[in-house]
Amino acid sequence: MELIVNGDRSEVPEGTTVADVVRGLTAPGGGEVPGGIAAAVNDEVVRRAAWGSTPLSPDDRVDVLTAVQGG
Amino acid sequence: MTDAFDDPLVIAGTAFGSRLITGTGGAPSLEVLEEALTVSGTELTTVAMRRVSPGTRGSVWDVLERNKIRPLPNTAGCFTAADAVRTARLGREALGTDWVKLEVVADEHTLLPDPVELLEAAELLVDEGFTVLPYTNDDPVLARRLEQAGCAAVMPLAAPIGSGLGIRNPHNLELIVEGAGVPVIVDAGIGTASDAALAMELGCDAVLLATAVTRAREPVLMAAAMRDAVRAGRAARLAGRIPVRRHARASSPTVD
Repeated sequence: MELIVNGDRSEVPEGTTVADVVRGLTAPGGGEVPGGIAAAVNDEVVRRAAWGSTPLSPDDRVDVLTAVQGG
Repeated sequence: MTDAFDDPLVIAGTAFGSRLITGTGGAPSLEVLEEALTVSGTELTTVAMRRVSPGTRGSVWDVLERNKIRPLPNTAGCFTAADAVRTARLGREALGTDWVKLEVVADEHTLLPDPVELLEAAELLVDEGFTVLPYTNDDPVLARRLEQAGCAAVMPLAAPIGSGLGIRNPHNLELIVEGAGVPVIVDAGIGTASDAALAMELGCDAVLLATAVTRAREPVLMAAAMRDAVRAGRAARLAGRIPVRRHARASSPTVD
């Protein structure tokens, strides 16, 4: 199925969860997802504790954000 | 005697020993940023929320964690109340804090706050339980409205973000200070140490700055200058300056 991950179309297997997408972006070589990350699906924040149990549907917009220098 | 160094800044019941709040944007490297933050003595520092780019290593989050500096996520880059609320929620989730530096700007050119969207966003976020620190115009009426909406502080600009123009309207800042029941934090437009000292002398409770340090030729040295300027300005405010006189007044005894 296709998702929109951080604004770009991305092909992922059926059953992909928010946790899979976050890990793919922040820890592609495996290992721990770093701190300071938040995820939203279709503009709704998904709590970190729920990433693994939140499956995605075709065309979901997934945004994965981190704290950066600013302000 | 008032001890200027036992004089915490209290925001929403949380005490800070330093009255200098820093931003993190514009530093040449994370190493320089870390040293500047450490030297500045800051205990509260803003960060922005942006989409993750794959392969980024080393983050401002690690710097703050390592140095036990409390993060203050901002809503920089938001133009509407709805955008700002969404970004604030993401910051809360990412950083585990319900404090937010609320920024809702009108356009890219001036980066001035949009007062209508700002007040709406403040009301929505206060309702959601956020501790809201709004970046606002130096408008005493808007500052009062933001306080009435439940904001934990008001953060009027000295001048536009990144301009280094210093305090353009000290009279308005004094009016805001006189009317405010929450801390007044000058945010944006500080160029050099005397600007920060003046903000404190006018009675502001704290100064928030980023560019003045991060884009200085020597950021770490400027961080030290700002630390000292904020302390000096606060002490001078507490000490009570002499009135300005039109004529001389001898400081030595007159000759008999």
